[in-house]
Amino acid sequence: MNESAITEADLHAYVDAALSETRRREVEAFLAAHPEEAGRVRVYQAQKQALRAVFKPVLDEPLPENLRALAMPPPMIVAVRPNRPFLARWSLQRIAAGFLIALVGGVAGWLAHGQYPPAERMASASPLPRQAAIAHVVFSPDVRRPVEISAEHEDQLVAWLSKRLGTAVRPPKLGALGYELIGGRLLPGNSGPVAQFMYHDATGQRLTLYVSSENTANRDTAFRFAQEGPVNVFYWIDGKFGYAISAGIDKDNLARVATAVYAQVEHP
Amino acid sequence: MESNAILTEIPRLRRYARALLGDRAAADDLVQDTLERAWSRLSQWRVGSDMRAWLFGIMHNLRVDQLRRSTPPTQSIDEGDFDVPTRPVQADRLEVRDIESSLSQLPDEQREVLLLVALEEMSYAEIAATLGIPVGTVMSRLSRGRERLRLVMDGWQPTTKLRVVR
Repeated sequence: MNESAITEADLHAYVDAALSETRRREVEAFLAAHPEEAGRVRVYQAQKQALRAVFKPVLDEPLPENLRALAMPPPMIVAVRPNRPFLARWSLQRIAAGFLIALVGGVAGWLAHGQYPPAERMASASPLPRQAAIAHVVFSPDVRRPVEISAEHEDQLVAWLSKRLGTAVRPPKLGALGYELIGGRLLPGNSGPVAQFMYHDATGQRLTLYVSSENTANRDTAFRFAQEGPVNVFYWIDGKFGYAISAGIDKDNLARVATAVYAQVEHP
Repeated sequence: MESNAILTEIPRLRRYARALLGDRAAADDLVQDTLERAWSRLSQWRVGSDMRAWLFGIMHNLRVDQLRRSTPPTQSIDEGDFDVPTRPVQADRLEVRDIESSLSQLPDEQREVLLLVALEEMSYAEIAATLGIPVGTVMSRLSRGRERLRLVMDGWQPTTKLRVVR
């Protein structure tokens, strides 16, 4: 028997009867020798029983009518079944009604158009190059913690950022231009997660690649250049992705990096 | 067929929502939202997979959305070791608190796990899948939740240890 190996998780699994027979006996032996832990486990068992007892009556309450009704498929789902002519005809009426609603909605939308800013204008409150430049100036001067996950754990970095952005993202290789990957981090964008990769060259000059997957408003753009204070930014938008490369280096050098990134990202 | 499967889960959804929210009307509203969303996403439910886990997952996500909308900066105290917020209880230290009001003093994340274990008897892995969190997080929430519930029901408060009793 190995008492020292009994963990907190074992105690809970014991309460929930989730242990193997062998393990259960080991825990029992441990509890026999540790009255304080045994007392705690008894309390947890009592909690569980009390919770069940207190809320059990809810199971027997009659269902409110609105919930009972929701146990049946809503009409639209029934309506698309092909073998029911009556419902099919009815669904045609629904479709016609749908067109009418769309039409009214469209007219109302057009009338409201002047009063509410369109999505593009709202998104431009914080355009891609500015977000990227700010992220660059915030993190690139950081000597001790410039990134969350460093390049030596590139696999983890790629897996994590890909998961969070919901799409495969991989830092391009810029070694040919003298830039090595330092690592990357996750950042909040306008409406969701954004990835930042950081590189440096032999002189310690840092550049960052900012990858956003939240673009909904803007159309694709070709290469664009922006200057945000001391930071130069090359960026482009491709579908829902926005890419921005920021650094405090001159435009020509940055353009070479941007071209390399573009080539790897768009034609991997 | 889905109708029957959903109908049989409604009482369980109600029980869980009631225990989670502590309020009948709010709980039934949450169940209603859950069912509506379930029908609109029925195509995402894989036939043969666990209807209950799927419905509880939908309910969980709706609840998270609700919390995010109502009180943006005040959630996720789960991992911190803050004191249990208790009203001044000098006068009623000996009162045995009932489990419902004690339960309401737990952070949402801990209450969820406790209830899925106690009421739904889900395995830790099922809970992890339902809530979209790692099993390790399920275990730590369960452990913190049970311990906190124990302390709250004991009428625990931070000053207890400082009292000099002879």
